[in-house]
Amino acid sequence: MKSGILAAAAAAVVFGAVTGAQAGPTLDAVKGRGFVQCGVNAGLPGFGNPDSSGNWTGLDVDYCRAVAVALFNDPTKVKFTPLSAQQRFPAIQSGEVDLLSRNTTVTLTRDTSVGLNFAPVTYYDGQGFMVNKKLGVKSAKELNGATVCVQAGTTTELNLADYFRSNNMSYNPVVIESNDEVNAAYFAGRCDVLTTDASGLAGTRAGVAPVPDDHVILPEIISKEPLAPAVRHGDDQWFDVVKWTVYATIQAEEMGITSKNVDEFVNSKNPEIQRILGTSPGMGKALGLDEKWAYNVIKAVGNYGEIFERNVGLKTPLKLERGLNALWTNGGLQYAMPIR
Amino acid sequence: MTDNVHTGSIPDERPPANTVGPVAWLRNNLFNTWYNALLTILIAWLLVKAIPPLLDWLIFSANSFGTPPQVCRQQGGACWTFVSEKLRFVMFGTFPYDEQWRPLVTIVIIIALVLMSCDRRFWKPWLGLMWVGGLTAVGVLMWGGVLGLTYVENTLWGGLPLTLMLSVIGLSVAFPASILLALGRRSQLPAIRVMSVTYIELIRGVPLISLLFMASVMFPLFLPTGVNFDKLLRAQIAFIMFAAAYMAEAIRGGLQAIPKGQYEAADALGLNYWQAMRKIILPQALAISIPPLVNTFISFFKDTSLVIIIGLYDLLGTAKAALSDPAWRGFYREAYLFIGVIYWVFCYSMSKYSQKLERDLRRGHRR
Repeated sequence: MKSGILAAAAAAVVFGAVTGAQAGPTLDAVKGRGFVQCGVNAGLPGFGNPDSSGNWTGLDVDYCRAVAVALFNDPTKVKFTPLSAQQRFPAIQSGEVDLLSRNTTVTLTRDTSVGLNFAPVTYYDGQGFMVNKKLGVKSAKELNGATVCVQAGTTTELNLADYFRSNNMSYNPVVIESNDEVNAAYFAGRCDVLTTDASGLAGTRAGVAPVPDDHVILPEIISKEPLAPAVRHGDDQWFDVVKWTVYATIQAEEMGITSKNVDEFVNSKNPEIQRILGTSPGMGKALGLDEKWAYNVIKAVGNYGEIFERNVGLKTPLKLERGLNALWTNGGLQYAMPIR
Repeated sequence: MTDNVHTGSIPDERPPANTVGPVAWLRNNLFNTWYNALLTILIAWLLVKAIPPLLDWLIFSANSFGTPPQVCRQQGGACWTFVSEKLRFVMFGTFPYDEQWRPLVTIVIIIALVLMSCDRRFWKPWLGLMWVGGLTAVGVLMWGGVLGLTYVENTLWGGLPLTLMLSVIGLSVAFPASILLALGRRSQLPAIRVMSVTYIELIRGVPLISLLFMASVMFPLFLPTGVNFDKLLRAQIAFIMFAAAYMAEAIRGGLQAIPKGQYEAADALGLNYWQAMRKIILPQALAISIPPLVNTFISFFKDTSLVIIIGLYDLLGTAKAALSDPAWRGFYREAYLFIGVIYWVFCYSMSKYSQKLERDLRRGHRR
């Protein structure tokens, strides 16, 4: 009896592999349910945070909306689940969320043993240092003997130790549990240096510092923190949808298509633009989506540049430069694979 | 010969200056020994150091409502605009903005139910019905989906209603369970005793935070993919289990304090076990247990803020999330002070009420 079940299961696997075109369990479940369950940060300024009326905003949040638009042409078809750092992986593994868009760093172990598939990077971050201008420090190499404020139990703390050891410098760590208190300790003068991800430093400088111009972020970036949306193993079609939704926003920026001017491009003669906007069909069908999927995403959520500027860019209180997140044509790392 | 006898009364002498009046009070209470004098001076110095800057921040250089955040940051001083701007989010979380009268009514209903239950005149059977009716109304208001109210998923609930629901529902379910557990622990039947002891010691042996992690993180991994148990319900069950174990120990303390003669008297009257417990033992034991029970209530009310680690927005969670709005970062003093006052009002009322209840119920024991 048992072997019979096994044989049936094996047959199902083989059959599934042969037919191929069948949608995976997650994509089917999402389509059947009618909305995307998206795991976001419970409160990270500019990436995932509720505003004063309780609406979710942020760069990670907008990618949840983009996926919802690609599937349902409706940015409200998302159920946001705020997740703590400890909760996020069990939540995606158990199927509580379909998509984890919660400033998660891509690493080998997360890709393998945690069982995630990472979509393209939506924000390239890295650890940096901020000091008071009065110190006159120009480079992190001059920080020998400095007192450094750092948040406890993070990779930040480990990177800091590695950096000072590999440069034969000494430092006094002031290790504090909560991010707010780390900032408060730094501004109260308990330490010379504040270290965390560069985006966090810029945000703290612009949004928390009593006088932002008193503080300077040093040029050295000592770690790589590529942040990307993730899905769980076991549904390649769903992974494809998320992956190409991100690429579509980057590609749109490369071509200068924005949420405001997208309608002018619909009748474009450029075959690349025709493929993306669904004027010449095929891309949507290949993904199992409507042919207008990318058009809808750009129209409703915008291209990568618009998403960036709206949530974390120079006009927001966070005032982040594009930096590594500029397009490859502008010296950054954002590079979309060809949509064809 | 009477002219050397004083007639009439002698006018009252003023008592010696060092026994009455403010100077005497100071001498007797603050400077009566050298170490008390030293402590007084030290504390006075600390107060002088701390109070003026605090008042200055709170009131004198505080920014009035409506001051934009950039101005607040430059001025220093408390920024009460933060509280007015974020008030609705902190109180109600991500509940749909236009529907936030529903959680407001929920808060009123829950507080009204609790206040009614505090008055001994209302301790009648119909109070139970009021609770059933009240909690049904709360459910209808929060979930909606009937009577023309739009449906609101419980993942969107947050703020004060969530804190109140977790603690009030948690305590009212855990309380009867804890009585049974306490009785079970003192039972003559070995199976029941062993089960109660195991349960109580197991739950008391792990921190609440690990129970919450088990409920929210481990539990779903045992279920097949896609099968989901409601997150709020899992947290609520974890709280009930935790509170029941702690309250059971408080009640056991009360049970053990009842003299053996009371049990024997109940037996002599021919009462069976449940009659004896209900009419003689428990009323006395619960009255004795009030201080430790209220202690548990208060700590439990504050423990609900731990749900933040499983991604639920209770009152503390909404305050923290409000601080993550890019435009309103750095006003954590205002945020934590505001919710601190809310927590304090609730906890202090509980503590005051328990003192009153203790006095009322102990009347029979006064000598």
